[in-house]
Amino acid sequence: MAEKEVGTFKVKSGLAEMLKGGVIMDVTTAEQAVIAEQAGAVAVMALERVPADIRKAGGVARMADPKKVKEIMRSVSIPVMAKVRIGHFVEAQVLEALEVDYIDESEVLTPADDQFHIDKWSFKVPFVCGARDLGEALRRIAEGAAMIRTKGEPGTGNVVEAVRHLRAVNSQIRRVVATPDAELADLAKELRAPVTLVKETKMLGRLPVVNFSAGGVASPADAALMMQLGADGIFVGSGIFKSANPAAMARAVVRATLHYQDAAVIAEVSEDIGDAMPGLEMSTLAPADRMQDRGY
Amino acid sequence: MKIGIIAIQGDVREHQAKFESLGVELATVRKPRDLEGAAGLVIPGGESTTIGMLMQEYGVLDAIRDRAATGGWPIWGTCAGLILLAAEVIGPSPARLGLIDMTADRNAWGRQVSSFEVPLTVPVLGDRPFPAVFIRAPRIRRIGLGVTALASLDGQVVMAEAGPYLVSAFHPELTDDTRVHEYFINKARNYSAMLS
Repeated sequence: MAEKEVGTFKVKSGLAEMLKGGVIMDVTTAEQAVIAEQAGAVAVMALERVPADIRKAGGVARMADPKKVKEIMRSVSIPVMAKVRIGHFVEAQVLEALEVDYIDESEVLTPADDQFHIDKWSFKVPFVCGARDLGEALRRIAEGAAMIRTKGEPGTGNVVEAVRHLRAVNSQIRRVVATPDAELADLAKELRAPVTLVKETKMLGRLPVVNFSAGGVASPADAALMMQLGADGIFVGSGIFKSANPAAMARAVVRATLHYQDAAVIAEVSEDIGDAMPGLEMSTLAPADRMQDRGY
Repeated sequence: MKIGIIAIQGDVREHQAKFESLGVELATVRKPRDLEGAAGLVIPGGESTTIGMLMQEYGVLDAIRDRAATGGWPIWGTCAGLILLAAEVIGPSPARLGLIDMTADRNAWGRQVSSFEVPLTVPVLGDRPFPAVFIRAPRIRRIGLGVTALASLDGQVVMAEAGPYLVSAFHPELTDDTRVHEYFINKARNYSAMLS
């Protein structure tokens, strides 16, 4: 009988492929996780606090209490993700020991290392990482990330940064595709990314792994916007459980993500779902409060 | 010949690439009318809870049941698709088609850290083992009289056939091997030939 091989890049990136077209929701309790699952979320992100509250609380934000993560894992049958601080490989070891299904090495928490991200190849559990442009995405993939989420500005309920970064990644991919092979090494240098991954991006005409949009999605139309711009799926952080009616908002965002090209469906699901979360204008954020700038 | 694929969520793109490389057009199905003219149907990998719920809401489950009742219409489910075709499910049980007399055990190999690749012996595909990718995969605990096991692993059925229906707990669409896709295309061709 042949040996089973666990933790291969194919099974790591494969799980992300299975989540495509879906919505992953931030949850802080087992009850919220059940609401997310019943609304049709494809996975949940187990957190101590949603980004809007992390922003409010200030101080150092860390990995969630393992007890909370376990409660959430017990409450739903969909995959459970959890966040670790950038570079905090011991928090990642802890989450791997808990057998979470995906780890998000996230700028939403306070970075633990100001130079190095986690060596994600040394884990069996897959990682998702944030990126603002193609170079950042490919550097994370080179470190072993099996899924990318283009960053927005978390906890703001303002989609503008998510749009900016997804457009940036798309426009750089178009440039890679149009660049002759002989000039790819030079372009890789400019992107500060490994040339092998730049070549793979050119061949595929897209990122080598699944790319979700994250940060600032607060309405069904926001979710459909990111899908029309080319996201493979959507992370919603504060947008669900900081809205007036989380169950209705969750349901509507899932349906708008599925039928993102059908404005009649988006209109129908957007009706009477209560207020979205209160939003923040970017110009009111001090540079130190911008989470998207964390990461190297 | 056109084959439909349920495009609610999941690894639709991978199936599309495989079928296109074999010269078969794959049409995405989100609403009942999208099923028209399909010589077969693929239910991809994804989250079975989400896919089943949304298929039900938009009337797709009922439309498929009606079409299946006419007899002989080929349907292939991979992973989540297997769960949606099973008459019985162990654990939380999603809205589903339930067309095959078998019992599926969801996420039976453990959580994601236990997902694996293995060379799998599938006699109907020939001697060369199939590169099988299992991701939070189900297994088949019981099969009914009309169901044939096509492959087993650790004493559990992981691929089966029941008349026009085909299920695999693993993901042929994630590999470079096209044999399972060809096997299903054959079923769809036979069905088309039978109709004409």
